[in-house]
Amino acid sequence: MEDLRFEHSVSARAGGSRTSAIVGVVASGNLEVLVERVLPDTECAIDIKTAAIGFGEVWTAVIGDFVERHSPGGLRFSINDGGARPDTVSLRLAQAVRLIAENGQ
Amino acid sequence: MTGWQNNRAARDARIAAGAGFARGKLVEAQDATHLLEAVIRPGDRVCLEGDNQKQADLLSRALLAVDLAKVSDLHMVQSGVVLPEHLDLFDRGVAKRLDYAYSGPQSARIARMLFGGKIELGAVHTYLELFARYFIDLTPHVALIAAVSADREGNLYTGPNTEDTPTVVEATAFKDGVVIAQVNEIVDAVPRVDIPADRVHFIVKSDKPFFVEPLFTRDPAAITEGQILTAMLAIKGIYAPYAVQRLNHGIGFSTAAIELLLPTFGERLGLKGQIATHFALNPHPALIPAIESGWVRQIHSFGSEVGMDDYIRARSDVYFTGPDGSLRSNRAFCQTAGLYACDMFIGSTLQIDLQGNSSTVTASRIAGFGGAPNMGADARGRRHPSEPWLKAGAEADPDGSALMRRGRKLVVQIGETFGDKNVPLFVEKLDAIELAEKLNLDLAPIMIYGDDVTHIVTEEGVANLLLCRTAQEREQAIRGVAGYTDVGRRRDHGMVARLRERGVIRRPEDLGINPLDADRSMLAARSIKDLVRWSGGLYSPPSKFRNW
Amino acid sequence: MTAPLKDITPAERARSTSFYEASARTRLELLLDAGSFVEFIGPEQREVSPHLKIFDLPEQFDDGIVVGHGRLDESPVFVAAQEGRFMGGAFGEVHGAKLTGLLRAAREIGTIPVLILFDTGGVRLQEANAGELAIAEIMRAVMEARAAGVKVIGLIGGRSGCYGGGGLIAGCCSALAVSEPGRIAVSGPEVIETNRGVEEFDSRDRALVWRTMGGKHRRLLGAADVFADDNVQDFREAALELIGLVGTFGLDKLTAEQERLADRLRRYGACQDAVDIWTAEGIAHAETVPELPADQFIALADRIGRTSRDAR
Repeated sequence: MEDLRFEHSVSARAGGSRTSAIVGVVASGNLEVLVERVLPDTECAIDIKTAAIGFGEVWTAVIGDFVERHSPGGLRFSINDGGARPDTVSLRLAQAVRLIAENGQ
Repeated sequence: MTGWQNNRAARDARIAAGAGFARGKLVEAQDATHLLEAVIRPGDRVCLEGDNQKQADLLSRALLAVDLAKVSDLHMVQSGVVLPEHLDLFDRGVAKRLDYAYSGPQSARIARMLFGGKIELGAVHTYLELFARYFIDLTPHVALIAAVSADREGNLYTGPNTEDTPTVVEATAFKDGVVIAQVNEIVDAVPRVDIPADRVHFIVKSDKPFFVEPLFTRDPAAITEGQILTAMLAIKGIYAPYAVQRLNHGIGFSTAAIELLLPTFGERLGLKGQIATHFALNPHPALIPAIESGWVRQIHSFGSEVGMDDYIRARSDVYFTGPDGSLRSNRAFCQTAGLYACDMFIGSTLQIDLQGNSSTVTASRIAGFGGAPNMGADARGRRHPSEPWLKAGAEADPDGSALMRRGRKLVVQIGETFGDKNVPLFVEKLDAIELAEKLNLDLAPIMIYGDDVTHIVTEEGVANLLLCRTAQEREQAIRGVAGYTDVGRRRDHGMVARLRERGVIRRPEDLGINPLDADRSMLAARSIKDLVRWSGGLYSPPSKFRNW
Repeated sequence: MTAPLKDITPAERARSTSFYEASARTRLELLLDAGSFVEFIGPEQREVSPHLKIFDLPEQFDDGIVVGHGRLDESPVFVAAQEGRFMGGAFGEVHGAKLTGLLRAAREIGTIPVLILFDTGGVRLQEANAGELAIAEIMRAVMEARAAGVKVIGLIGGRSGCYGGGGLIAGCCSALAVSEPGRIAVSGPEVIETNRGVEEFDSRDRALVWRTMGGKHRRLLGAADVFADDNVQDFREAALELIGLVGTFGLDKLTAEQERLADRLRRYGACQDAVDIWTAEGIAHAETVPELPADQFIALADRIGRTSRDAR
C-alpha cells in the first residue's frame, strides 16, 4: 500500500449543506471516496491509500484537474483505492462532490 | 512425363488411395488418420478449417496422429490457429510452414514457437487476404473442413456457422484438390445444400459436434460506467453527425455498450431510423434490444453465435437465412460487405501510437489480424457515394473539388485510456515494432494504420483526425484524448485547447454529455438474463454466461 | 426496460433497480422508507479492520457492512447490509462485531425486527480466527434475539451469494427471502470442486451451480420462504410479508425444523441433481424451472407450498 496526501488552496466553498458523503466500494479497479465538510472554506485536502504503488505523478495530475474543475473548498477527501484507473478516480471524486452538494445531513 | 492434366491425375490418385478406407464417401472416425495418410503427401499445402469460431477438431486430432514417415513438413494455410492441436502439428513435425490470419487463444504459444524456430512463418494475413491467396499462390492440395450434416452423396449442410467453408472448398475443389469433411451426422436429406456433393470427396462422421467458441457474447453485467460514457460520446459525437447507417462493430465491451444504448440514449436523441440500420456483423446478443426496438433493418454475418440460432430463425427479416430457416453466414462475402458497403468501422484495440497506428500485438502475444484490418481500412476501390462517406471526405479535403474528391470511410478506434490492469492504451512506440525487430519480420504487425483512422474516442473525448492538417496537429489531437496516460500528460495544453476550439477535439461537455449521467441504468439490458427476456426466450445463452 | 431516472417515485426507482447489482448502501436506501435510514458506526468513524494492513491490503471505512435502523412502512426495523464487492462480502472481526452488536441491541429492545441483507462468500481468510469467532457469535446472537421475540429476516440476492458462515447464519434466521441470482450454501462451487473433483461438481458449469445453490432451488426446497424478483422493491415487499408472517419462536419450532430437515433428507437424499428433486416434488417438466419467469415461478412455488416458516 502507498499513502499519498494532497493539499490545495481553492477559491470557493463547495456547495450544499451535507456534512459527509461516501461513494464507491473498495474492489479491484474501484475505490471509495469519503468526503467530509471539515476544513476552512479555502482549503481542500485529499488523503489516499492505494494498492497500486508508484502512480504518484498520475494522482497529482488527476487531483490537480479535479480541484481546478470543482473547487471543492472546505472538503476533506479520504480515498481507499483498490487500483482504480484514473478516469474512475475522476468519476468517483465528481460523484462525491455531487452527493455532498445535496441538501441534507 | 509432360502433359496438361497432371494435377487432375494426382488428385484422382489421392482419391483412389483414400477410397480404401471409405464406403462410398463415408469414412469411420477411427479410420480418419489412415485416410489422411493415404491422401496427403509430404510438403502439401493443407487447409485445416478453423477460424475464430468453428473448428474441424476431429480432423485436426486425426492429422496430428499421422505416421511421420507418410506425412510430414506440411504447409498449413488456414484462417485460425486456435486449437492446441494446430500448434502440436508443428511441435511433432507434421507441419513446418504456416500462413494464417488469426490466433486468439494460442497467441502466446505461437509467439514462443516463432521465437523458437519451430514454425517457419509465411505471413500473418487478414481473412480476406488469405482467402485471396487461396486462389493465387496458396491453393490447398487438401482441405479438411467441418459441417453439421451430410447426405450419403456428400452434399453438406454447414448450418448457421457456414463461415469460411464455401471459400475453402471453392479454392480446393476447383483446382484439383481433395476435400474431406467432418460432419456431426449423416442424414437422408440435408436441410439445405451449402456445399454440393461433387466438391466433397470424403466424409468422416464425428462422434461429437464440432467445437464452436461463443466469441461474440459480451455480458452486459461487465460493462463499466467508463465504457458507457465512451459509448455515449461515440453515438452523439460520430453516429449522429455523420448519420451512419451502414456499419460494422468490433467485439469489445465499448461497442457492446453502444448496442445497448441505442434503444435508450439513442432513442432519447431521436436517432432511431437515422443511424445503425444496416450491419455487417455477427449475431451479437447485445444487439437484441436494438433489434426488438425496431432499430435494425438488416444484418449480414461472418459467422453465427452460440445460442442465437432460434432467435435468428424467428427474425429472418433481419438476418440472412436459408430455405431451412437457419442462418447462412459467409465470412468472405461479409468481409467484402464490410469493406465496400459499410460507411463505418468502430472497434477497440490494445495499443495506439502518436500517429494513430494501432496493434493488438504485445511483446509476448501474436493474436493475428482476423478481419479488423479489412473492416478498418478505407476502401480505395469504392465508387458509390453516401452521406457519411462524402462528409468525411470533405472534412479531410475541404478545398478539393466536390466532384473529384474521394469520400472516406469512418474508421473509429474506441477505448478507455487505460485497459486491463491499468495498461495504457496510448504508447509512444508500439510493441509490434519491437516484435518485428526481434523476429526479423519485413513488416510490423499493424492492425489498423494511422492514415486509415478517422476518429479516436475515449472517455476524455472524441478526436477527429480528418480535421487535422499537420502531423503535429494529429499527434496533439491524439494526446488530447489520451487521458492520464504518459502520452496524454505530455500534451501541449495550448495546442490541445486550440484544437478543441476548432472542434477537432470534443469533450463530453462540448457534446452536452455529463459524465455523471453515464450510469448502468442507461443500458437497455444489464445482464444476459435481460437479453433473454428481450428475445422473448428465443436467445439461449451458453452455460458459462448464465446466473440462473 | 430502463426508465429515465428523473421525476420518478422512490418505489418506481426501487422497482427498476436490480438488487443484485446495487451496492449495500443503495439497497438500504431503496429498501427502507425514503430518508429513514440512520447508520451506526458510519464510515466517517473509520472503524476499519485491524488485520488487513498486515497483509498490505486496502481497507474499507465501513469494513464491508452497513448497519443501522430505519423504517419499513412506518414501522422501525434494524438493518445490516453486506457489501459483496469488498473482499467478497467476507466476515472479519469488525464486520462481524457490527452485526453482533446490532443483533444484541435488537435482543435488548425485543420488538424491532432485524433485516440482514446477506452478500458474502463466508469468512475473510486474512482474519480467519476472528471471522470464525464472529460467525459463532452472530449465530448465537440471532438465536438469542429470536428467543427474546425478535424476528430476524434474511434477504439474499447479491453478487457473492450467501456462502460459508453466511449460509450458517442464514439457517438460523426466522425466515429468508431469495431471488434467482442469489445463492445459499455453505461450501461454494470452487471449494466442492477442489475437494471432491470436477466429476463431483463442475464449478464452471454455471447452470449446475444455480440449479444446485440458486434462489429457485432454495425456494422449492423450502429453505427460503419467499421468492423475490431481482429488484429492490420486490425485496422490500418480501421483507414486509415475512415480518407479518413469522410467528413466535420456541423449542417446539426448533424441533419441528429438525423434523422437516430429516424428512427432506429421507425424501431427496438419493437424488443426483436438483431436477430430480423437483421432479420428485411433483413438478412436471422440472427441467424448465430455471427458464421460468419470476411470476410463473412464484405461482409454481406457492403451489408446491413447501416452506420452513412453520417449522423454524
